[in-house]
Amino acid sequence: MTEVAKGGRRHLLSIAELGAEGIEEILEVSDAFVEVGQRSIPKVPSLRGRTVVTLFAEQSTRTRLSFETAAKRLSADVLSFSVDTSSVKKGESLRDTVETVAAMGVDAFVVRHTAAGAPAAVARWVDASVVNAGDGWHEHPTQALLDCYTIRQVLAQRAGRPLEGAGVSCFAGLRVAIVGDVRHSRVARSLVLALGALGAEVTLVAPGSLFPPSLEGWPVARVSYDLDAVLPDVDVCYLLRLQSERGAGAFLPSVREYSAWYGLTARRAALLPDDALVMHPGPMNRGVEIADDVAALPQSMVLRQVTNGVAVRMAVLFMLLGQGQVGSGGASGLTPTLGALGTIVGG
Amino acid sequence: MAERERRLTPPRGGVFVPRVQVLTAQDVQRALTRIAHEIIERNHGLEDVVLVGLQTGGVPLSFRIASVLEEMEGTAVPVGLLDVAFYRDDIGIRPVLPEAATDIPGDLAGQIVVLVDDVLFTGRTVRAALNALADYGRARAVQLAVMVDRGHRELPIRPDYVGKNMPTRIDEQVDVSLDGVVLGDVVPR
Repeated sequence: MTEVAKGGRRHLLSIAELGAEGIEEILEVSDAFVEVGQRSIPKVPSLRGRTVVTLFAEQSTRTRLSFETAAKRLSADVLSFSVDTSSVKKGESLRDTVETVAAMGVDAFVVRHTAAGAPAAVARWVDASVVNAGDGWHEHPTQALLDCYTIRQVLAQRAGRPLEGAGVSCFAGLRVAIVGDVRHSRVARSLVLALGALGAEVTLVAPGSLFPPSLEGWPVARVSYDLDAVLPDVDVCYLLRLQSERGAGAFLPSVREYSAWYGLTARRAALLPDDALVMHPGPMNRGVEIADDVAALPQSMVLRQVTNGVAVRMAVLFMLLGQGQVGSGGASGLTPTLGALGTIVGG
Repeated sequence: MAERERRLTPPRGGVFVPRVQVLTAQDVQRALTRIAHEIIERNHGLEDVVLVGLQTGGVPLSFRIASVLEEMEGTAVPVGLLDVAFYRDDIGIRPVLPEAATDIPGDLAGQIVVLVDDVLFTGRTVRAALNALADYGRARAVQLAVMVDRGHRELPIRPDYVGKNMPTRIDEQVDVSLDGVVLGDVVPR
């Protein structure tokens, strides 16, 4: 985990390898980037001359645009690469494609892929930092980070506390319900790992068929099949998208029945405590996991999550590319003992 | 050097070992009072003057100067806080991390900005600060106030207001707070 990959580059491949300290550091550094986003000219020259490639082998709107916005606001050059319109369609392998792009001189790859582990593979092939932007059913670490950031930001604002030095104590004992298609959700896995590491009390709510085959290693407090019973006792209600493209429909009698039992309707939203947050990673299936009128409620954080996503991804890119290569300048060639940041290293 | 950076800079996690107390808390207070007088004198009052403290060492000093200015002139001077991490020229060479968020009150266009920092050393932080300030509007003038000028400049930058000129060895460390100025060394833990 703390092993330094090829060329001494750092990567962000999963929440699992970050740990509580690594998460806290990213959340704290993100504060400075939120401020950048509020300026009249929301751009800083930090990563001038660096090149970031977004390599997406799966559809995406917000993640891709969010990463590209983040990189551009850091003054990095952004190359955008879509598998659908590339030579992959002519039969080029992922490895050849990645190595070709890398040969053009790239500092970071932002990788989304249908196969779990693809970003880790890319990290082994190239001498560049790799950020996992979602791999199969595995992880989506930046989504979990921006969700945690949003929770921390809202709780600090409500308490009238400054965000600076707020730490992550607000997560201790925080009751979070994660509702829906847990089985197919990399967001759920990353979020559960992050919230678990920070001390939150996570309840998974889903029909039995939409739980993963095993919850071993998931730091959850409890699981439930009954959303109505869970809602009155949560601080955050996090809705997952029903992933029809991964065949979630086959696990359910019908989408309408799912929606009737697990959709957050206005009636169910009224069961939530008044100050509970409603979150959704997007894209929303309106009328399935979340009702139209609920998505528009003031406690719905959906758009704030998107706004914060840019800042958190700026922090991640800055922390990966702005630190210099691990071990550079060290005459001994030995890997220095890394601080919390050094744990952003894949292997 | 600020805490987050010190953790990552060789010797990583080094400890500051004090050797000589150069200024006492009272000396620091007197120097800040004198700097406040000089700011008023130089600018013929406090019209359009904004203090900007550099994160993190300049922040308490800038608030203290502001309170002295208010006592003397009866007007509150706006204080901004600036983190220059994003503008440094050693990003990617040395571990660089923002220490705290920037907080600049309004547009700086037409204002007289007094940058406040604890120690002036190579001048690279001030260079970064000048670039950062440009993103907040075209200031009428930018002036520099530091508690300690320790020499070893690498850029053509000079302070307008100095608490104490203090020749140092390049490998020494200067620790500045409202409690005083201490010269010492950073040794590996």
